[in-house]
Amino acid sequence: MRVALFITCFNDTLFPETGRAVVSLLERLGHQVDFPLGQTCCGQPQFNTGYRPEALPLVRRFAGAFAGYDAVVTPSGSCAGMVRENHPLLAADDPGLRRAVEEVAPKVYELSEFLVDVLGVTDVGAYYPHRVTYHPTCHSLRMLRVGDRPLRLLRAVKGIELVELPGAEECCGFGGTFAVKNPDVSAAMLADKMRQVLDTRAEVLTAGDNSCLMHIGGGLGRLRTGMRTVHLAEILAATEGPASTEGGAR
Amino acid sequence: MSDGLVWLGTPAFPQAARKALTDTQLRRNLRKATGTIRDKRLRVSAELDDWEQLRDSAAALKLRTLRHLDRYLEQLEASVTAAGGTVHWAADAAEANRIVVELVKATGGPDGGTREVVKVKSMATQEIGLNEALAAEGIAAYETDLAELIVQLADDRPSHILVPAIHRNRAEIREIFRTRMADVPAELTDEPRALAEAARLHLREKFLRAKVAISGANFAVAETGTVLVVESEGNGRMCLTLPETLITVMGVEKVVPSFADLEVFLQLLPRSATGERMNPYTSAWTGVHEGDGPSTFHLVLLDNGRTATLADQVGRQALGCIRCSACLNVCPVYERVGGHAYGSVYPGPIGAILTPQLAGVGRGSEDGADSLPFASTLCGACYDACPVKINIPEVLVHLRAKVVDAKRGRTVPTMESLVMRAATQVLAAPGRLSMAQKAGALGGRLVGRGGRIGPLPGPFHAWSDTRDLPVPPAESFRAWWQRTHPEETGR
Ligand code: SF4
Repeated sequence: MRVALFITCFNDTLFPETGRAVVSLLERLGHQVDFPLGQTCCGQPQFNTGYRPEALPLVRRFAGAFAGYDAVVTPSGSCAGMVRENHPLLAADDPGLRRAVEEVAPKVYELSEFLVDVLGVTDVGAYYPHRVTYHPTCHSLRMLRVGDRPLRLLRAVKGIELVELPGAEECCGFGGTFAVKNPDVSAAMLADKMRQVLDTRAEVLTAGDNSCLMHIGGGLGRLRTGMRTVHLAEILAATEGPASTEGGAR
Repeated sequence: MSDGLVWLGTPAFPQAARKALTDTQLRRNLRKATGTIRDKRLRVSAELDDWEQLRDSAAALKLRTLRHLDRYLEQLEASVTAAGGTVHWAADAAEANRIVVELVKATGGPDGGTREVVKVKSMATQEIGLNEALAAEGIAAYETDLAELIVQLADDRPSHILVPAIHRNRAEIREIFRTRMADVPAELTDEPRALAEAARLHLREKFLRAKVAISGANFAVAETGTVLVVESEGNGRMCLTLPETLITVMGVEKVVPSFADLEVFLQLLPRSATGERMNPYTSAWTGVHEGDGPSTFHLVLLDNGRTATLADQVGRQALGCIRCSACLNVCPVYERVGGHAYGSVYPGPIGAILTPQLAGVGRGSEDGADSLPFASTLCGACYDACPVKINIPEVLVHLRAKVVDAKRGRTVPTMESLVMRAATQVLAAPGRLSMAQKAGALGGRLVGRGGRIGPLPGPFHAWSDTRDLPVPPAESFRAWWQRTHPEETGR
């Protein structure tokens, strides 16, 4: 199986440790991962803000960069959703591009989908001795329908103390450009999400999307709560022994 | 005060929302009210094991009806007429109001016509600002739904489709009744029962006196000419049966092909709306019947932007709405800002996709309606809750593109469009992305402290007022990969 990593422009630039975690995790599970250097961005910010013509060259670039792989893994629920749901829509008027997209898009998997559905593993041999709570991000939940796959993966982690997050399925208020276009509503939603997260008394908040984690983590950091945000991939990549890739501040 | 589809004087959503967010009482009321309805809805919808199939059927029925709307409306006109009713067509709000005013005036004797009407809660008549149009002609319209009455007495605006006074609590309602209701009982408490009793006494006499009632409609059956109103309090039943003349104003999208289709909608609507298996009162009437109910029935079919909406293949989904308000109750944005911030009779997620379409999307203005499609995180909770499976996030993004496209070609491009274009420029070439990453890492290091970037001035404040930003790492993933995998050329 030829597996490619789609890091996403956001993780590439701000959270490279998440990408490194995906690589080390998949290699540990016996899979060689490629990183096609032609990749950049899925075009989600442009598309979701109403800039469709601006998103189109990025759709074309994506389809070209990932052509020929058996699977494309990405540590982002919302970017996986963008490719699978919206790339076909954007490519609709260009028969050549449409064929390329139809070929690639169905092979794009969010990390937990890839592990559970494609590789068929839930115990990835991770060790993470911390109190952790999990926030299911909206797009992984309601666009990709990953369901409890991330929780099944987390439950199998050794040493972890997993605590349930009350009101978990409620949006954190990030919403891409929403956070900037409607900063006050975004902050109000963030405040309520932080209240729930802090109530769990967890040390670490995890999720499958660094964008939501950056938003929640940015709020937690501003208040000096001491709670860390760590991408799911980094927890699953962690093993016993010398401290491996642990998340930085978000 | 229900002054039409788009309320004058409401600022764009972000500004209106900022003000609403400071209202502690509002946020407490909303959290409590929406939370309660939300849980009830989940409970009763889970009772039906064919819930998902019902949703699919409803969506399919609505889409099919919309595709052949002209045919079903003509069929409806024929069957209502055959049953003794009269059908009127109104292209817009002004025409609908003119028709209704004339009809009301015509019901009076030689002394100049009826001076008052009773009303059943209706979104369509709020959308056209009917009460104000009637008042301008010296005709008083009495709202008879409890929550609508509260809003009317307080000279307020509705903030929820189903529970227009959701922003008020018991204490506030008692105060409104005490100060605004002429015949208020002397010792009024804020017990729900006492408040309802006061409203009942206040309305009873109006029901018995009124010659004309005005209603909306939840459904109208093309095949039979039957019109339906679904309600909880029985005030609708009184209005629909006691007066001599009944005038129903209905959006053209409310037509359903056959009586059997109601089986689907009447299972979905009450469960989605109030979390009840069945609502207390469902009134259905077909034309007029000698000695039974109103002797005159008028049906006003309202367009007001609907056929224009119909022309948009993605946007037209919004016309399938059965006004259950489930999307409002699950919406994290609505829950925090309430209905008034949406500046329209249609608030919440459905308002965000319906109001701009009915008003005419992207006319290039920065007014309230064009800001509404952006008033969502696209979390998708509304789509999951909608009993007719309207893909609200899809329509929101579709309308965003329309708003953006309407602004293209301006001599002075918006800041946002410049940023988006620049981003695409960078992202269209991996080499440019690498350079931007290096520049960003350097910039971040200059302003960051301890791995974080705190509050920033200028255009960044919208983010950094409440959230720290991570300092970009010195090495991007791409750079790390190239350093550690020099043998791989990649593509
Ligand atoms: S859009 Fe759907 S959920 Fe919202 S009010 Fe209409 S029918 Fe109900």
